[in-house]
Amino acid sequence: MPGLKEVRIRIASVRSTQQITNAMKMVAASKLRKAQTAILKLRPYAAKLREILQNLSSSIENSSENTFSKERDPNKILIVVIASNRGLCGGFNSNIIKATQEFIETRYPAQFEKGNVSLICIGRKASEFFSKKNYHVIEVRDDLLDSLRFDIVSLLAEKLMKAFTDKEYDRIHIIYNQFKNAAVQRLIMEQFLPIVPAAQETKTKAIEKEVTADYIFEPDKETILRELIPKTLRIQLFKAILDSFASEQGARMTAMQKATDNADDLLKELQISYNKARQSTITNEILEIVNGAEALKG
Amino acid sequence: MKLNIITPDATLFTADNIHLVQLPGVGGSFEIMSNHAPLISVLKEGKIKVVIKGQDPKFFDIQGGVIEVLNNKVLILAE
Repeated sequence: MPGLKEVRIRIASVRSTQQITNAMKMVAASKLRKAQTAILKLRPYAAKLREILQNLSSSIENSSENTFSKERDPNKILIVVIASNRGLCGGFNSNIIKATQEFIETRYPAQFEKGNVSLICIGRKASEFFSKKNYHVIEVRDDLLDSLRFDIVSLLAEKLMKAFTDKEYDRIHIIYNQFKNAAVQRLIMEQFLPIVPAAQETKTKAIEKEVTADYIFEPDKETILRELIPKTLRIQLFKAILDSFASEQGARMTAMQKATDNADDLLKELQISYNKARQSTITNEILEIVNGAEALKG
Repeated sequence: MKLNIITPDATLFTADNIHLVQLPGVGGSFEIMSNHAPLISVLKEGKIKVVIKGQDPKFFDIQGGVIEVLNNKVLILAE
């Protein structure tokens, strides 16, 4: 049976920890609300943009001439990993890191062996991990998560596009957490460049549409594609970052909620053992008094 | 004619009973009225003018964007 004083000290310390986790939960919840509205507002835009692009590319036969969708032998790979700047958000970061390692091992073992897999890390947790291991981290952009501004993210997207068209990299992937709701994130690995042609079913849908709609293109298809593709890519990267940020807040909120609940359970147990200890000291005291009185009588 | 103006930050404007939309195309300003043929085009910096019958015209400033017209639905992705 632990002493009264120790139990009291533990109760106090658990209670203060609980206050902290609870406060962090509140902060994450309010940040989540902001991040959630941002991503939910961006999604229809991104979806419509993709729709237009698909309508467009389905009516262009020689889309292979487009520099952004040209498949090359995947010799040099670039992977953009999006994690978080801060910890205490459950398995959020470790999941991303594990998935990235697995992805490299299964998809590009040969290229990795030759040192041709490069990483761009967004988020301190990922960059710290991959820099320590022998991964080839070419750029660290932790700052993107602090500002979350479209124009700044666009610059990075611009750079990725240039690296691809200059043949510095043959394939660019993005790995991030997609926001579903506060408790659920989905790990997404998508190919950023070259652009993957629309999946078969969406293609047929687009073709059906084309039968009914013979679009007028103003000024002409090529110009529109040239405008539209970089725009889509910029939005895609920005969406990935917003998604990841919202997921991070959601993950942190759930983690902190669990921590607060755990602290509650712990407090209950401690309170019981405190009460027991207190009761037994009182019993002891009474026994002593009774014994003393008996001795005096005798 | 239906009109949707969407930006990365918000859905800027939605309405069902549009009479006329005037847009800053890359090749010059143009207008779209009901039953326009399907169209995809690129927009440049300028003002979008939206006219609803019996109301004052509304104006929106854009930095650029894309427009799709299909089946009497106008979708403008603006920046």
